[in-house]
Parts: sequence; C-alpha cells; structure tokens
Amino acid sequence: MQMNGGQALIKSLEMEGVEVIFGLPGGAILPVYDPIIDSPIRHVLVRHEQGAGHMAEGYAHVTGRPGVAMVTSGPAATNIVTPLADAFMDSVPMVVITGQVGSASIGTDAFQEVDTVGITRSITKHNELVTDAADIPRVIREAFHIATTGRPGPVLVDIPKDIVDPTNPRSAMEWYWPETVDLPGYRPTTVGHHRKIREAAELIGRSRRPVIYAGGGILKARAAEALRELAELTGIHVVTTLMARGAFPDSHELALGMPGMHGTYTAITAMQESDLLIALGSRFDDRVTGKLDGFAPDAKIIHVDIDPAELGKVRRPDVPIVGDCRLVIEELVGVLREMGGAESQPDRSEWRSRISGWQERFPLTYEPSEPGELLKPQYVLEQLRDAPTTPEDTIVISGVGQHQMWTSQYWRFDHPYTWVNSGGLGTMGFSVPAAIGAKVGRPDRTVWAIDGDGCFQMTAQELVTAAAERIPVKVAILNNAYLGMVRQWQEMFYEERYSEVYLSPDLPDYKMWAEAMGCVGMRVESPEEVPAAIEKANSINDRPVVIDFRTDAREKVFPMVPAGATNSQVVVDPTQQGQAR
Amino acid sequence: MSAAAHEPTHHTLSVLVENKAGVLARVASLFARRGYNIESLAVAPTDDEAFSRITIVVDVESAPLEQIVKQLFKLINVVKISELDPRQSVERELLLATVRASGENRARVLELVQIFEGKILNVGHTEMTVSLEGNPVKVDDFESLLRPYGIVELQRTGRVALPKLDRTV
Ligand SMILES: Cc1ncc(C[n+]2csc(CCOP(=O)(O)OP(=O)(O)O)c2C)c(N)n1
Repeated sequence: MQMNGGQALIKSLEMEGVEVIFGLPGGAILPVYDPIIDSPIRHVLVRHEQGAGHMAEGYAHVTGRPGVAMVTSGPAATNIVTPLADAFMDSVPMVVITGQVGSASIGTDAFQEVDTVGITRSITKHNELVTDAADIPRVIREAFHIATTGRPGPVLVDIPKDIVDPTNPRSAMEWYWPETVDLPGYRPTTVGHHRKIREAAELIGRSRRPVIYAGGGILKARAAEALRELAELTGIHVVTTLMARGAFPDSHELALGMPGMHGTYTAITAMQESDLLIALGSRFDDRVTGKLDGFAPDAKIIHVDIDPAELGKVRRPDVPIVGDCRLVIEELVGVLREMGGAESQPDRSEWRSRISGWQERFPLTYEPSEPGELLKPQYVLEQLRDAPTTPEDTIVISGVGQHQMWTSQYWRFDHPYTWVNSGGLGTMGFSVPAAIGAKVGRPDRTVWAIDGDGCFQMTAQELVTAAAERIPVKVAILNNAYLGMVRQWQEMFYEERYSEVYLSPDLPDYKMWAEAMGCVGMRVESPEEVPAAIEKANSINDRPVVIDFRTDAREKVFPMVPAGATNSQVVVDPTQQGQAR
Repeated sequence: MSAAAHEPTHHTLSVLVENKAGVLARVASLFARRGYNIESLAVAPTDDEAFSRITIVVDVESAPLEQIVKQLFKLINVVKISELDPRQSVERELLLATVRASGENRARVLELVQIFEGKILNVGHTEMTVSLEGNPVKVDDFESLLRPYGIVELQRTGRVALPKLDRTV
C-alpha cells in the first residue's frame, strides 16, 4: 500500500497499540498531524511541550505502557528536554516524536532548527534522526522495543518534514510492518545466573540482620507480588525507595517505609545496621546512601538489576545478579523453598525486636497546630489519606520539595502503581501534567496531585488542558508561600538567611487562577475546613479541582540526613531528639 | 626498547559498532559525559560494511574500566567490546612529520629514518616529510629523536590494535 511518511508514522503508532498521544503541533510536524484526524488514537493538546512529556511519563508510570508525546522542531524539542531527562533518570518507558526541518535545511541554522538528536543524546536511552520515509515503520518499531525492554527509558525519534510531507516526493513509501526487530547490539539479559541466585539464597540463609532494599525496578519489572512472596517466606523487612513506594504494602508488618535523606528513622537505621542488603532494582542513589563511605558498613550486598552497569557502579556487590527483577526473585524464592523455606531461615528475633523498638521510639511525628494557627501540611495529608471519600487505591502524584517528602512519608501506599514521582531528576512542575497523564491512563481511578506552590506555578497552565479535555484530576497545593525545601536548608544550614525563597501566599490567587482555567477552586485556611473541602473535591468528577491549602511555612521535614553526613547521623524530629537510639 | 615488561598505563578498547550515522558521536559523548579521558581514538569500517571498529585508548587513572565497558555496552549501536591487554596485542600508529633538514642535519634525519625503518615521503630544499608506522612506543621514540632537528608540522593517527594470535612466532 502506498503511503506518505506521515501516514506511515501514525499507522506505526497504531500498530504499537498506542491509545493516546500528548502533543502540540507546529510547522515541522504539521504533516504528521494531518492523518491524526483519521486515526482512532486520541490526541491530548497540551499548552506547553514540557506538559506533553510529563503527561506521557505519568501515563507510563501507572499503566506500565510507554507514554507517547509528539511535538514540533526547535523550541518545542527543547521544551521537552526536561521530561526526557526525567524519564531517563527514572527509567520511564516513553517514545517522543519530534519534527525536524526538511532534510536539505538540516545543519543550516534554518528557522526552528535545533540539533535535537545531539541535545538529547545523553538523556535518552536511544535517539535517532530518520532520513528516509521508508525507515519510519522500522524505526518506530525499534523505538518501542527499546523503550519498553531491558531497563526501560525514553527514546526520541526526530523526523524531518520532507519525509512526511505528502507534497514532497521524498515522503512516498510502500507500507510494511517489520515483524521482528534487528538490533545486533541490543540483547538485555532477563534470566539471572542460576549459580549466583543460589549464592544469594545461601547468603540470605546465613544473615542475622538482613533488609530488602526495594527500588523502582520492582515496579518496572512488575515484581511486586514476587517481592511480597520473598519477604513473607524469609520474614525479612522491606524498605521501599522513593521510586518504589507502593511496591510493597505500607500496611504490611514487614514494611519499614522509605529510606534515605528523608526516610523513616527505622528504614534508615535498619539499612545502616544490617549485615545483608538485598538490593532489588535499586541503584544506591546518593539520596539513599548518604555519605557513601559510612553507608551500611557491615552489610554484604546482593544486587539484582536488569542494567549490568548498575552493579558495582556505586557499591561493589558480593553477589551481583543481572536480570529481570521478577524472574530473579521468583527463582530465588524457588531456591529458598528448596533449601527448606521459612524453617531454614536463622532465628532473627533479636533483629526484629530492635526494629520494632526503633519503630516505637521514632515514628513519623509532627506538632499539631494550635487553634487559629496555619495548617500543618502533614495534617492535610493525613486528612486526605483517611477521608472516607478518598478511595484506598487513589493514585498520588507529587511535585518536588517538602510536600513531596511529606506525601511519601504520610501517605499509605498499599498498591503498586499508585505513586508517581520525579525521583532522580527532582523536577519541579512534574505533578500537574503527570497527574493528567496518569488520569488518562487510569480514568477509573481517583488521581490526586499534591503540589507545592512553587512547583504549581511552573506547569499549572496544563490544568487548561485538563479542563478542556475533561480530565478530572485533583490538585492539593500545600501553599507555604515559600520554596519550602530550599527554605528548610537555609534555615538549618545558612543561619536562617532566607535568600530568594519567599513567594507570597496570595500571589497569584490560586482559587481564581484555578477557576480561570476551568477548574473548581477552593481555599482552605483552618483545620476545621479541611474535611469538607476534601469531600467536595472527591465528589467532583467532571472537571479538575484545585485546593489551595494555606500551610505553615516553619514546618520542616524530619527525619533528615544532612547532605554529606552518614546515615548514622540522621536528625530526628525535635520532639524525639532526647530519645535513646 | 620494549613495553612488554611494564605495567600498562592505559586500557585499549576495541569496540565493534553498527556502521550508522552518529555512532561515533554517541561513543565520544558518553566518554565526555562520564568524565573519562580519551587518549586516542581511531575509527574505520571493518571488512563487513555493516560494522565499524572504534579503537579507544583511555588512561588507567581516569578510567574505571568495568564501568566504561558497561556504560558503552548500553549504547544500542554497540555490538561488541573487547579489552585489548597492551601486552597481549599488536598496536600500531602512524606518524607524519615535516622536519627541518638542511645542511648537515639532512644526513642525520635520513639516518634516523633509516634506523627506524621509516619512509621519506617528500623532500624540499630545507625540509623533509617523513613517516613512521609502528607500535606507539617506537613512534614516541622516533618523535623525540626527531624533535631536536626542528619539527615544522606533526600528525599522528590514533592507535589501532588487534589481539596477538596464539603462539605467534
Ligand atoms: C525545575 C527545578 N528548579 C529548581 C529546583 C530546586 N528545588 C528543589 S525543591 C524546591 C522548592 C520547591 O518549592 P515548592 O514547590 O513551593 O514546594 P515545598 O518545598 O514548599 O513543598 C526547589 C526550588 C528543582 N528541584 N527543580
């Protein structure tokens, strides 16, 4: 069948099962936008290309399917650089299609030309400039294969206008669909090495103070169930990193919560004192390890990752296993059963009682506000979490800052794929568009974005997209009038010299802004108003809702491991500081 | 003078890549992004035109070799990576130099070229262009012995290398 490149591109996306594209057209990508009219694929027209990228990410986080974004050349391509870097850091499967100026103009500094492939080379899993219309189906097929297999990640395909433009003979091609991909250099290892898995099982069987250190790879590998089986079989406690929240139920008796800079005291300390860390799809990020020299000094390491480069990158594992987390854990569970299962595990009652001692002495805590005072952000989160109208499997998305840490700390994640977050890059402005993408992917779920006032101002305009497209997300702004996380550092480490962090609580007027964007807007200033506002927001399902919660700027996130300190130097909430550790 | 007895000061990686546009840029920018120093880099198509071979020399200091190899291997177009132990491989570089060679210097330069089994490529009234192909140590030595005569221009290629065969004579 004769086609032009633009038709072939859309047809290729259909062949890949794409149900939605987030994007915004422009000159160079125009010919590809034309066949969208005749395609069953839904297109969500964003207001800023950064939004398209984060929406694709949010969609991918909750569905496990690759998110797709499509934008034009030049400034549109540069606008989507941040989401690409974000998806790369957090291993999010995503395919981004960018328009490019016509082949003859490439390299001439033509209008709206940038070297998109050059700019995005180090922040994509792979990228490619297509030079021939006949290559389009093959390149798209490869892009989805690369984005979704092995360690997932973003792939960018840059398409010059002439090869998609029906008025240009260069766009003519004969349609085909490649049944297989031929990438001689790309062969991800999925099955773990049997002998290494046996070694891991033996090491587990000898350890007295083990901790499972579960990372985002568990979710990418769909390994939450396998993880639970492993934990229950061995009775080993689990920490879930910022990227892994939801991979193991917080309500489980073996759950220790989040480790790292703002993790729970117990998660941090249990890792620190452990004699074995079973790292599963986690990458020893500096926010988790603290000062590397002093990190978990007595721990032997079992490290499972699909990306061989992660093994030994930060800390040399005693048992490295390259493979898909789910397959490796399932095999490990099998070996452990063969070796006698739960019965053959050593007596770890002393370790368990130390852990429960820490949990009792150092729970997450904050001082409730006195009457007439501003709201405590933690209180807002507890109310939101516990509201009878908030479904238990609500999807929660956050921006970056204090509100992000409180959300991870105070929410109770009992289901995988209910937490969407910018972990590695820490991108302010992530939450509103990511929430929209998540809601598009899971329209059956309630989606709450918890945002900071600083973050909200970076991408709030995407609520126009949400309103226009009838994507009813809910946004809770924890409005402390500051770039709160920066303020906290200035308070603690710069002698309260607050340089350029004050935003003003009233500028803009969030309620009016929300309403101007077609959302329902509310403002909440006192604790008594909180439940009713949440109930109202949960009852609205035909448009987005924004609640401006006026919160106390003095509140700080604890526990905290100061940058450069070891995890043994974790600073707890002031009310717990006298306690024996 | 033989390097065989010494600890290697560099790693030589021989990287087979798909012969596609931009692959060299990918490899080079990976090194830049991760802060590894490239000492020398040479690239050319192999006997199979679908593939090219890149020979990369990195100094031992800047280079956690295992990480480099693993990171390189993540590039989709990289097909195979072998590390060539300098003691177990044949390494070659080519040097081209134009040197001052007038009066009595002329004979000395000629003699040097002869000793090193180099070639005279071009002769002018006061200058001479010579070439030498050899292992990098030999090329270094040649360069340093030429230098006193006055090097007008010098070009060296990157290094190329292949593993030594079993039980070579
Ligand atoms: C795009 C971007 N710019 C700057 C930063 C640095 N940064 C991290 S947290 C933060 C403050 C966030 O403020 P806000 O959104 O109000 O959240 P809060 O910390 O008050 O909860 C800043 C500026 C960042 N992470 N991302």
